[in-house]
Amino acid sequence: MSQSWRDMYSQLLSSNQISHTSSSIQDTPLWQIESSQWQRAAELAKELSARWVAGWAEQLEDSFNVNALLEKDGDYVLLRTTVAEQHLQLPSQSTIYAAANRSERHTRDLLGVHFTDCPDHRPWLKHQAWQKHEYPLRKDFPLSGQPQDITPPDMDYAFVKARGHGVYEIPVGPVHAGIIEPGHFRFQAVGETILNLEEHLGYVHKGIEKLAVQRSPEKLARLAARISGDSTVAHAWAACQAMEQAASVDIPSRAAWLRGIACERERIANHLGDIGAICNDVGFAFAQMQFSRLREQWLRPQLQDFGHRLMMDYIVPGGVSHDINQDACERQLQALKTLRQELDDIVPAIDMNSSLEDRLYTAGYLSPQTAQDFGVVGYVGRASSQDFDVRRDKPYAPYHTLQIDAVLEEQGDVASRVWVRVKEIFASIKLLQQMLSQLPDGDIKADWKTPQANAEGLAMIDGWRGEIISYVRFDEDNRISRFYARDPSCVNWPALEKIVLNNIVPDFPVCNKSLNGSYSGHDL
Amino acid sequence: MNWIFAFIQTLLFIVLAPLLVGWVKWWKCRLQNRKAPSLLQPYRDLLKLTHKQPVVSHTASWLFIATPYIVFSAMILAASVVPLISIDLPTAASADVIVLVGFFAIARFFQALAGMDVGTAFGGMGASREMTVSTLAEPAMLMAIFTLTMAASSTNLASAIGYVLDQGMVLRPSFVFALFAMILVAIAETGRIPVDNPATHLELTMIHEAMILEYSGRHLALIEWASAIKLMLYGVLISNIFFPWGIAVDFAPSALGTALLWLLLKLAVLAVFLAITETALAKMRLFRVQEFLSFAYLLGLLGLLSHIILEASR
Repeated sequence: MSQSWRDMYSQLLSSNQISHTSSSIQDTPLWQIESSQWQRAAELAKELSARWVAGWAEQLEDSFNVNALLEKDGDYVLLRTTVAEQHLQLPSQSTIYAAANRSERHTRDLLGVHFTDCPDHRPWLKHQAWQKHEYPLRKDFPLSGQPQDITPPDMDYAFVKARGHGVYEIPVGPVHAGIIEPGHFRFQAVGETILNLEEHLGYVHKGIEKLAVQRSPEKLARLAARISGDSTVAHAWAACQAMEQAASVDIPSRAAWLRGIACERERIANHLGDIGAICNDVGFAFAQMQFSRLREQWLRPQLQDFGHRLMMDYIVPGGVSHDINQDACERQLQALKTLRQELDDIVPAIDMNSSLEDRLYTAGYLSPQTAQDFGVVGYVGRASSQDFDVRRDKPYAPYHTLQIDAVLEEQGDVASRVWVRVKEIFASIKLLQQMLSQLPDGDIKADWKTPQANAEGLAMIDGWRGEIISYVRFDEDNRISRFYARDPSCVNWPALEKIVLNNIVPDFPVCNKSLNGSYSGHDL
Repeated sequence: MNWIFAFIQTLLFIVLAPLLVGWVKWWKCRLQNRKAPSLLQPYRDLLKLTHKQPVVSHTASWLFIATPYIVFSAMILAASVVPLISIDLPTAASADVIVLVGFFAIARFFQALAGMDVGTAFGGMGASREMTVSTLAEPAMLMAIFTLTMAASSTNLASAIGYVLDQGMVLRPSFVFALFAMILVAIAETGRIPVDNPATHLELTMIHEAMILEYSGRHLALIEWASAIKLMLYGVLISNIFFPWGIAVDFAPSALGTALLWLLLKLAVLAVFLAITETALAKMRLFRVQEFLSFAYLLGLLGLLSHIILEASR
C-alpha cells in the first residue's frame, strides 16, 4: 500500500528542517510549527497538491493561535502556529494558496493578526463599522460593540480597474432588484463581454464568532443553525459534532441516523429549489414552478416529523430533538417514491428543452485546474472533476455503513452543475431509502458531559453545499471560548470570479445561481 | 361623426390594453400549473402605482420626468392610426405605416435617453441593448410591411387592409413570409421571451426593464401602460393585416359589434400562442438576438421577393 500523503508531508517538513510537534484533535493530527515557517509549510503542502481547506485564529492569554487545515484524499492535517501578542505577524499563505486570501483578511480584520506579505491589503469584512485599530473578535472588545449612530459609507474600496477604449464598469448591488442577500459585484466589461469581476462581500456580517463566545452547547447549536438558513441542519450538525468530540460524548446510533436523514432531506430540498431557480434565471419559469412545487411538498411534512419546516434546531448537542415513529418512516418512504416518479417526468422535460440547453451548456466554465487551485468543494467542485465527498472520503456516522453513489461531472459548465444536483437528488433518495428502512432502535439523545477546559473539537460534515468545517474550543464550566465555522461558500465564492470570465454580462445571474454561494454563511 | 368614432376607438385601445396583458399572464400561469391572478390585476397594479409617490433621482433632468408622458402620448398616437374595429378612419387616412413606425421610434428614442439620463449603469446598459435590438428589428418590420404595401400599392394601413379584404381568402406566399417576420419582430419589440423577459428581477439580464428601472409611481404606471398598448398594437397589426376578416367597413352598429367580437377573439388566440411560446422557451443569449432578428429580416426579404416573382407579374 502506498504511503499516505500525511506521512510524505511529515517527511518533507522534516527534511526541510521544519519541526512539527504532533498532537491531535480526535483523529485529526495537529502539527504545531514555528510561525516563521508558516508560509514554507504551505509551499511544501502545495507540492504534494494538498488542498487548503480553512484558516482561522484565536486569542489566548498573551498570544494568538493561527490555524490552517489541509486535506488530501480525505486525510486532514491541522497546522497550528502561535504568535506572541507583542509581535503579531507571520508570513502569509495566500501567496501559495489563493483560497487563503479572504480567510487571512478575515482574520486580520477581526483579530488584527498581520500576514506580512499577504498581497491584498484591503479590508474584507470591515466595512467602517468599527474603528481602524479595533478588533471585534479580541477579548477586550465588548460583545455589544461600539455602535456609531450612522455607520459611514464604505466608499473607496480599491476595486481592480480596467482602462481602455470601450471598457466600462458596472457596479451591481449590494442591494439587488430581486429579494436575495446583499453582496456587491464589480464588473469590467467591453460591450457585453466580462473582462473582470470582483466580489465585495461582508454586508451580512453578524458577528457569529463573537456571539458564540461564552455560550452553552445548546445555545451554540442554535446559533450554528442560523449561520446560513438553507444549511441549518448541516451547520448545526457540524457544530454539535465538534462539541461532542470535545466533550467525548458518543451519540446513540439512532440519533446519528436521524441526523443523516435530516441532512439528506435538506440536500434534496435545496437542490430542488436550485434547479428551478437556475432555469428561471434564463427565463424558463415553467421549470421553476414545477421544482418549487416539489420543494414545497417536500418541506411541508418536515414540520410534523422534525418539528420545523426547515428542520431548524432539530439537531441538538448529544442527538436530535424529535424521534420519528414507524408510520412516519413509511410515509417518508412513500414520499420518496412519489418524488422519484415526479422527477422522472420533469427532468426529461428540462433535459429535452433545446432553448434551455443552449443557455446552460458551455456557459460559466470552471476548469478542473482552476477548481483545484481554489479548493472548490461540493457540487461546484464535483461538476469540475473534483472527486471529493466527506461522506465517502472521511466517513462519519451514519455514512460509514452506507453505500454512497459518487456523483461526478467533467464539463464544468452551468449544465454540469445542474446535472450534479439532479444526480445528487437521486443519490440522496437512495441513501434515504437505506436509512429509513434500516433505522436502528434506541435513544435519540445522549447525556451531555461537561468537557474539560480547553478541550477542542473539529468536525467535517458534508452539507448540501459541500464540506463544512466546524471548530470549537471550550472554556471552564461548559462554555465556548472559540467557535469557527467555514461554510463551503467561503472557498466557492472566489471561483465565481473565474467562472464568469469571457461570458457575457447577462449570463452572470445564471452563473452565479449555478454556484449559489451563501452570503450569510460566508460573512459570519 | 368619424372623428368621434376615431376617438372612441383609440380609447378602446387604451382601455383594453391592460386586459390583454392580464390575459397573457393568466394563460402563462395556467400553463405553468399555477393559480392565476384576476384578469383585472394589471388595472389594479396601474391604480396602485398612481397612488405611490414617484421617486426621482437628484441627478435626473427634465427629460427623465417628461419621458413617461412622451412615451405614453406616442403610443396613443400610434394607436389612433391603427384600424382596430373599423377601417374607415379619418386618422388612419392621415397617417401611414411609416408614421406608425416613427411613433414607435420616438417613444424608444426618449426612453433610451431617459435610461441614460440618471447615470446608473443599468439604464445605460438597457438603453444600449434596446437600441441594438431595435436597429435590427426596425428594418425587419419595414420589410414585412413593405411586402404588404406593395401588394396593396399603398402604405396606408386602412387601404391595405381594405385590399386584403377585397381579395378574399387567397393564399399568398409573400404574406406567409411577412406574417412570420412580423411575429418575430413583435416578440422582440414588445420585449417578450425569448428576446427579453418581462417578468425578470435580474437587473443584469434585462433589456426593456433595465431602462425603466429607475421609474416609480405614476411615471412607471404610464410606461407600463404604454408597454401594454404597444403589445396590443402589435397584436392588432398582426390580426388585422393578415386576418382582417370581421373588421367593420362602415359604422353600422351591428357591424361594429361583430367586429369588436372578432377582434377580441383574434387577440385572445394570439395571446394564447404568445403564452405558449413564453412557457416552452427559455430566453436566448443576448448575442443570439441578432441571429433571431436577422432571420426575421430574411423572412421579410423573402416575402418581398416572392411577391415580386410570384404575385406582381400577374
